[in-house]
Amino acid sequence: MSTQKNTRPSADGKSGQARRRFLKEMAGAAGGACMLALGVGLYGTEASARPASAIRPPGALPEPEFLAACVRCGLCVRDCPFDTLKLSELGDNVATGTPYFEGRKVPCEMCEDIPCVKACPTGALDRELTDIGKARMGLAVLIDQETCLNFLGLRCDVCYRVCPVIDKAITLELVHNPRSDRHAMLLPTVHSDACTGCGKCEHSCVLPEAAIKVLPYALAQGKAAEHYRKGWVEKEAAGGSLIGEQQQLPMRGLEDRKYGDTRVAPGYVPPSAEPSRPAGIDSGWKP
Amino acid sequence: MSTVSQTHTAVPATSVKGAARAGVMARPGAEAVQEKGWWRAHKWLLLRRASQLGILALFLLGPWFGLWIVKGNLSSSLTLGVLPLTDPYLLLQSVAAGQWPYKEAVLGAGIVAAFYLLFGGRLFCSWVCPVNLVTDAAAWLRRRLGIKGGKVPSEYTRYWLLGLMLAASALTGSLAWEWVNPVSMLHRGLIFGFGLSWGIVLGVFVYDLLLASRGWCGHVCPVGAFYGVLNKTALIRVTADKRAECNDCMDCFAVCPEPQVIRPALKAVAQDHPLILDQDCTSCGRCIDVCSKDVFRLTTRFDRSES
Ligand code: SF4
Ligand code: SF4
Ligand code: SF4
Ligand code: SF4
Ligand code: SF4
Repeated sequence: MSTQKNTRPSADGKSGQARRRFLKEMAGAAGGACMLALGVGLYGTEASARPASAIRPPGALPEPEFLAACVRCGLCVRDCPFDTLKLSELGDNVATGTPYFEGRKVPCEMCEDIPCVKACPTGALDRELTDIGKARMGLAVLIDQETCLNFLGLRCDVCYRVCPVIDKAITLELVHNPRSDRHAMLLPTVHSDACTGCGKCEHSCVLPEAAIKVLPYALAQGKAAEHYRKGWVEKEAAGGSLIGEQQQLPMRGLEDRKYGDTRVAPGYVPPSAEPSRPAGIDSGWKP
Repeated sequence: MSTVSQTHTAVPATSVKGAARAGVMARPGAEAVQEKGWWRAHKWLLLRRASQLGILALFLLGPWFGLWIVKGNLSSSLTLGVLPLTDPYLLLQSVAAGQWPYKEAVLGAGIVAAFYLLFGGRLFCSWVCPVNLVTDAAAWLRRRLGIKGGKVPSEYTRYWLLGLMLAASALTGSLAWEWVNPVSMLHRGLIFGFGLSWGIVLGVFVYDLLLASRGWCGHVCPVGAFYGVLNKTALIRVTADKRAECNDCMDCFAVCPEPQVIRPALKAVAQDHPLILDQDCTSCGRCIDVCSKDVFRLTTRFDRSES
């Protein structure tokens, strides 16, 4: 070993010139390497953003930890029986070599045995996830209420029907249709406590561009301020109002009704008011 | 030219030294082909290519023909469903970035590190790494076209980069070198699809061809530097045990990817035994192939004999 060291100019101790040359070379090497490292570091920081359509596999650690843990081996990709996952290529705008999928292209089929998670050797996909129903790859959002057919009053329901967690992750909420005034609208509504972000709904939306989309959590959800409290939740938890029951004042003209009942019968004309302008088709107005 | 080869019968005009005297382009290895025949003069090169392409083929059998012997890529793989292998330098970056990986990856990295520690780290560079095909091609073309010049960075750059990339991983919390690493870009590209990563590989080729002779593998690549560190105790080593026969044709220096490692052994500079112990020697065997006098031989680090 010592003889081997001697081949390096550093040990060429006899000549100070050689040592100086060596130190200069070292400084050059350090400088060059620093420049390169800085470039790579800056590029890495720049390139670690991820487009909203790119969803990580089930069990993926939060994005920053994921980028530190995933070695980009593609074993998860190989064990996905539905070819859902793909390793990002340079130019995909996802950290090169990391796995992702796009629900609109190939959604995750929510395999019960979660082979992708089992295949990951590093823990970038967390094996704590054993129930695929608890996966939170992203959150579906009915993002365009102007084109969703159900919001237009039709009965498409496709996103609802295909959901593997139907009636929990996505429900159809019955709402009065103010346009026709005589029909109902069944609004697809996603619930974050059950949606896994599998992307089946986005994949099967019948529109040329899906009105429901799975987004990464950071984009899909708002966040209430820490100090906000919901009065009704607190009241139930405490078994009664914390600030004493509120005063109930009588409502003039509605004294015979129960508190809060402001419903108005069809054709009801408030005393001493002009007959109102016909509103909808079913307004009761006759020529 | 004929007069030159007559005056210097010991050194043929095709060799580096002979060509320099004659003022023509050198064809290192041509003399060895004449003396030993084409096959013997390319033995180690052919074996290395078989190893490099064979390993690549094992990875490609799955995606191309559905024969899943090896899954994954050089970063981490699973062979026959039981043998995990992981790149230890990659895993070190992951640990530096603050993640402690599962035991499969740790075991895989341990197996790889143990293998290379025992037999020689830079065997990876000459017998496994796909970028070696690219930089060898660039070096060959550079010799054939007689391209000179450019600016070669210090050979210590790679060792600085090796450490700085671990520091950058810790600072940015991600696998820093993986943002650009041509080794994984090329290997993953071939197996999973390139995207634009071929640009990085092309960059390495052009860099080695035009800007720096053997610049990438010999001076910049921190992966090679990491395997160089594992190469300190390499069992497999090259010896110049018949150095007495050397006719100073300089062909070995011309083809060696790390020419600085040859002199101490061949010319007995700062060492007396003929063993090439420098950690930068990749045990590629090119010096063995191109030497018409059979000066070099593959052996173990304990064989210091000279004949
Ligand atoms: S759960 Fe199944 S379909 Fe979904 S990504 Fe994993 S392996 Fe693929
Ligand atoms: S198996 Fe794990 S480490 Fe490998 S690419 Fe998938 S997530 Fe990354
Ligand atoms: S992504 Fe869509 S289909 Fe999948 S669980 Fe959520 S709502 Fe259901
Ligand atoms: S130095 Fe780097 S690129 Fe070159 S062969 Fe070794 S690992 Fe591959
Ligand atoms: S000394 Fe020989 S075996 Fe070592 S790197 Fe150079 S050519 Fe290859």
